[in-house]
Amino acid sequence: MSKIFALAGVVIKELYRRKDFYVLFVLTALLTLGAGMVNFFHDDKIVRYVKDICLLLIWVSALVISVVTTARQIPAEREARTIFPLLAKPVSRAQVIAGKFLGCWLATGVALIVFYFFFAIVTGSKEHFWPWAAYLEAVWMHWVMLGVVIAMVLLGSIYFAAPSSTSTITIIVVGGILLLGTHLKIIALQQPEPMQFILTLFYFVMPHLEWYDLRDFVVYDMGLVPVGAVLLATVYAAAWTSIFLLLAWFGFRRKSLTT
Amino acid sequence: MTAILQTQKLRVEYRSRDFRQGNKVALNGLDLEVRAGEVFGFLGPNGAGKTTTMNVLLGFVPPSSGAASLFGIDVRQPIARQRIGYLPELTYYYKFLTAEELLRFYAKIFGLTHAETDKRIAELLKLVELEHAAKRPIKSYSKGMQQRVGLAQSLINNPDLLILDEPTSGLDPLGRMKVREIIQRLKEQGKTVFFSSHELGEVEAICDRVAILHQGDLKAVGTVAEVSAGSNNLEQSFLKIVGYQPSSVS
Repeated sequence: MSKIFALAGVVIKELYRRKDFYVLFVLTALLTLGAGMVNFFHDDKIVRYVKDICLLLIWVSALVISVVTTARQIPAEREARTIFPLLAKPVSRAQVIAGKFLGCWLATGVALIVFYFFFAIVTGSKEHFWPWAAYLEAVWMHWVMLGVVIAMVLLGSIYFAAPSSTSTITIIVVGGILLLGTHLKIIALQQPEPMQFILTLFYFVMPHLEWYDLRDFVVYDMGLVPVGAVLLATVYAAAWTSIFLLLAWFGFRRKSLTT
Repeated sequence: MTAILQTQKLRVEYRSRDFRQGNKVALNGLDLEVRAGEVFGFLGPNGAGKTTTMNVLLGFVPPSSGAASLFGIDVRQPIARQRIGYLPELTYYYKFLTAEELLRFYAKIFGLTHAETDKRIAELLKLVELEHAAKRPIKSYSKGMQQRVGLAQSLINNPDLLILDEPTSGLDPLGRMKVREIIQRLKEQGKTVFFSSHELGEVEAICDRVAILHQGDLKAVGTVAEVSAGSNNLEQSFLKIVGYQPSSVS
C-alpha cells in the first residue's frame, strides 16, 4: 500500500505545482464572490439562482480538473519515458494504476473541499445560514461520482495516446450521462422497437452519475438525503470505479511500453 | 559462483507493422549468465538486441519464449527488481520534483524506512555532488546534473545488481570518470554490474567478462582476454565478430 501512496503523492505534487487548479479556483472564486454580493437586493430567488450558477461552475471546474489531470497521467509517463525508471523498481502495473487513481482522486477531493468551503463561507455570510451536513453530503456524493469519472478516464488513457482525445470523449460521455441520464428511460419508452430496447438496455448498464448531483438539495434547502441511500450510492460508485480500474489494469498489463 | 542474472533460450519477436512482412526477431534463443560480483559488459552494434534484453530483464517487454530471471526470480514478478538498480541511457525523471523528492519517492517504492532513506539520500547526493541543488526542481538542472540524479536514483536501494544502459553515453569526460569510479567502487563492494556500452576501451578496462550480441544472436562470451584472443584488442575482435568489412574510400 505504501507504494500506491508514494505514487499518489507524486500525482498530488504535480497538480499543485501546475497552474490549472489555481486558474479554475480564481474563476470560481470570482463568481462565488458575485453570489455573495447579490444579497444586496434581499431577494431569496436571486440568491438561489446565483448559488445554482456557482454550484454548476464548481461541477464544471471539478470535472475539468479531474479529467484533465487524470487523462495525462499514463500518456505523460510514456511520453517523458519516466515509466521506465519507475517500472524498473519493484512496482507492478496494477500498483501504478491504483496509485494514479488514488492521487487524482485525492487531489480532486482537496480541490472540491476548497471550492465548497469557499462557496459555503461566501453564501453563508450573506444568508446567515450554514447547512454543513447538507454541504458535506453534497461534497461526498460529488467526490464519489468523480471517482467513477477518474477511473473511466484512466481506462481511456490506456487506449488513447493523446490526453486531449481522452479528455474530450470523457467530458462528452459524462456530460451526456448527467444531462440525459434521468430522462433516458422516458425517452426510451417513446421510441419504436428496436430503439426502445437499445435505449432501455443502455439505461440499465450505464453508470448513473446523475444520481450524485445534490445541487438542488443545497440550493433549495431540501434537507438531507437518507444515509442508507448515500451508502448505497457509494457502493454503486465503488463497483463502477472497480470495474473501470480493472479494465484499465487489464489493458495496461498487456500494453507494450517500448513502441 | 552463483548466477544472479540468467536468460535461457530467450526469444523476443516483434510483430511487424507491415502485415506482409513476418515477425522481426530481436533476440534468438539467448543463453546468458552473469555471476555474482562481476562487471559484465554487454556489447553489440545498434539493433543487436542489447536494449531488448534489458527491456525483458526489467519487465518492460514479455519474452516470446524462453525465460529470464534475476536472483532466481522470474523477471515478470516485480519482486525480482527489489535488489537491482537501473540507469537508463537518457534522463527520464519527473521534472517538477526536486532531486531529494525524487530519491524519496523511489525509496518509498523500495520500502526503505525513513532513517534509511535520509541516510541514503545524504550519501548519494554527496556521491553525485548535487547537495547544493537538492531542493531545486530537476527541470532547472543542466543535462549533466540530470544524469547525476539518474545515477543517484539507480543506487537508492543499495542494489546488489546494477543494470546500466550505455551509462557514459552523452557524458562529458568528468562525468564518464565519475561513472567508472562508481562502477569500480561497486565492484570492490562485491556488487554485480551489467552494462551495455559502445565504448570498447572502457569495457576492456573495467569488465571481468563480456558478451557480444549481433542480430539477436550471442556471438561470443567470456573474459576480455578470451574474447580478444587472436586480435590485438577487444575492438578488433568485436569488429571481426560482427563481420565488419572496412570499405575503401575513393
